[in-house]
Amino acid sequence: MSTTLEAGQIPAPRELTTKHRRSDTIFRGVVTGFGMTALLILTLIGLFLSFRGIQTLHTQGFGFLTRSNWDVVQGDSGATYNLGVGAMLFGTVLISIVALVIGVPLSVALALFLTFYAPARVKTFLVSVVDLMAAFPSVLFGLWGFFVLMPLATYWAKIIFKYLNWIPLFDAPQYFFERSPFIAGLVLAIMIIPIVTSVAREVFAQTPLDRIQAAYALGATKWGVIKTVVFPFGSSGLIGGAMLGLGRAFGETVAVYSVLNIVFKVNFHVLYGSGGNVASMIIQKWGESTADETTALLAAGFILFLLTLLVNLGANFIVRNTLKSGK
Amino acid sequence: MSETTFLDIKPRQPWKATPKDRAITFSVLLLALALAGAAVKLTGLSGKLGFALSFLVFSTVLQIFVSVRKFGRKALGDSIATSLIYTGATLTFLPVGSILFITIKNGVAGLRWNLFTTDMFNASFLDPIGNGGLLHALVGTVMLIVIAMIISVPMGIMTALYLTEIRGKGSTLIQFVVQAMSGVPSVVAGLFIFTSVILLTPLKASTTAGALALTVLMIPTVTRTAQEVLLLVPADLREAGLAMGATQWKTVATIVVPAARNGLITATILGVARIAGETAPLIFTIGGADKLNLNPFKDYQSAMPFYVWKGLTLGTPESIQRSWTAILILLILVLSLFIAARTLGGRRFK
Repeated sequence: MSTTLEAGQIPAPRELTTKHRRSDTIFRGVVTGFGMTALLILTLIGLFLSFRGIQTLHTQGFGFLTRSNWDVVQGDSGATYNLGVGAMLFGTVLISIVALVIGVPLSVALALFLTFYAPARVKTFLVSVVDLMAAFPSVLFGLWGFFVLMPLATYWAKIIFKYLNWIPLFDAPQYFFERSPFIAGLVLAIMIIPIVTSVAREVFAQTPLDRIQAAYALGATKWGVIKTVVFPFGSSGLIGGAMLGLGRAFGETVAVYSVLNIVFKVNFHVLYGSGGNVASMIIQKWGESTADETTALLAAGFILFLLTLLVNLGANFIVRNTLKSGK
Repeated sequence: MSETTFLDIKPRQPWKATPKDRAITFSVLLLALALAGAAVKLTGLSGKLGFALSFLVFSTVLQIFVSVRKFGRKALGDSIATSLIYTGATLTFLPVGSILFITIKNGVAGLRWNLFTTDMFNASFLDPIGNGGLLHALVGTVMLIVIAMIISVPMGIMTALYLTEIRGKGSTLIQFVVQAMSGVPSVVAGLFIFTSVILLTPLKASTTAGALALTVLMIPTVTRTAQEVLLLVPADLREAGLAMGATQWKTVATIVVPAARNGLITATILGVARIAGETAPLIFTIGGADKLNLNPFKDYQSAMPFYVWKGLTLGTPESIQRSWTAILILLILVLSLFIAARTLGGRRFK
């Protein structure tokens, strides 16, 4: 600036203020507005789908949640509907539990390998591979699951059935093992490995280094360190990671549809080829549904939304607390 | 004392594998292979599964035996855990290898030039793959991605700016909301757009409706990656900008965002990779066309994942061949996006 000062003149102090300039006020307003869109979208999803949910509750009653049939009866005065998603909800939970039982130990082993065993170069490459796995289209898992995994998994299921059918869980009412909850669970297990692994890796990496070194200094083996330091520290984070995986497993649609025989009947025999899944049921019924059925399907979508929202919020809460406590 | 001592002493690294250790590990693996082969030949076990299982058991037992002899009984738990962890890690990579191998093997068989030049208007999915193509699906996917990007990239980056630069009262809430949003099942996103946009507005099933459903899935991915990148921009840069008398707006626009440019591009690419393969939301929102449609607001549209899905549900050998080829092309698209994101993201602030 070209203002010149006379000799001996003291420049007037600039006025200090914490008020934002006009450009900043506009900037902050716009960014805050955009920031709120995420909240707006989530609220809108909840509102629109809950509206359909209430409509369905009105016509079907609370039995919609517990009944396990989907009957449309054509009568003289139009069709009557008797719809319920009980079996589908049960099936969704069953398949997701199978997925967790298979997927979580594998993910933990993989995360331990990547954090404590793999050489640095191998690690970078393998981490990329795991991330890539997360980017595979779900329809690819469906295609691969149907043509490659299912023949193999059916064979495994027959072996398990042969030797363990005295356990009710592994029994089957008929000798039919294709498109079973077990196979759908296997596909889901593979699909949740990337997310569970990445959370587990993050949690393991937060383990305080001084405690690890202290354990080594006391003569612990690597497994000793993992057992006595890493696991106790990260256990709640691992639970959070598993819950995130559960949220993914609840909502997976196309891959499960390809490898699951959807039957409106509660079936807890995991090896038997009959199961249920809310998301897959929605796309199965979608093409041929009447207006009332469509409303019911949207209501089923609302239940799915609530379920995944609860699981995810819980999981994020747990993971966050664990990661914070490490600092 | 002579003067060579210092140079001769090399640091001892007792934890490193000596050639002898390597030889032992190698011979243990060979022995396990031989034993597993013998087990398959001589006992009731049969097939690849039997071989793999017995190899696993033999190699684990032998390895445990070796390390217990070397280190004593305390090494027992450690060596069991080590072999379990290695096995688990290997098992998780088997499906990836299998998926890539099978997709390439089955997909290449159906690659024809006409796939990229024609649509399915004059052909049926049940025809041999020489008839018709997937031009309409490819164009549909590109249009869906472009529209979804136009909406969700500004939204995602702005939300990330809100979380990192403004840090207003709502930050914690928005952070939670974004995380919750990234867990919204894709089928729910499709149902939401169906019941809100398609049923209530003049916009029927079309490219834009599909892109809106994809936007719901893309915003959280872009936001979370962009947020991570913006947090990496050193606070010094922001403070320097403010100390020079720039307003916050000027600081963000001329310093923070340019500094994070590569990372923000990575965020965009990862967002695109997230939605490029989504099938479920499109089933409710794009209708599914067999003809090339360049109008984003009118008429049914198709997309690559939708094309794969249609081929899979029809279930004839010809339609499944179409699915494999289409998924190969889609996978190549996703892979190149992924590699682009990696190379850009690799060059972070030093």
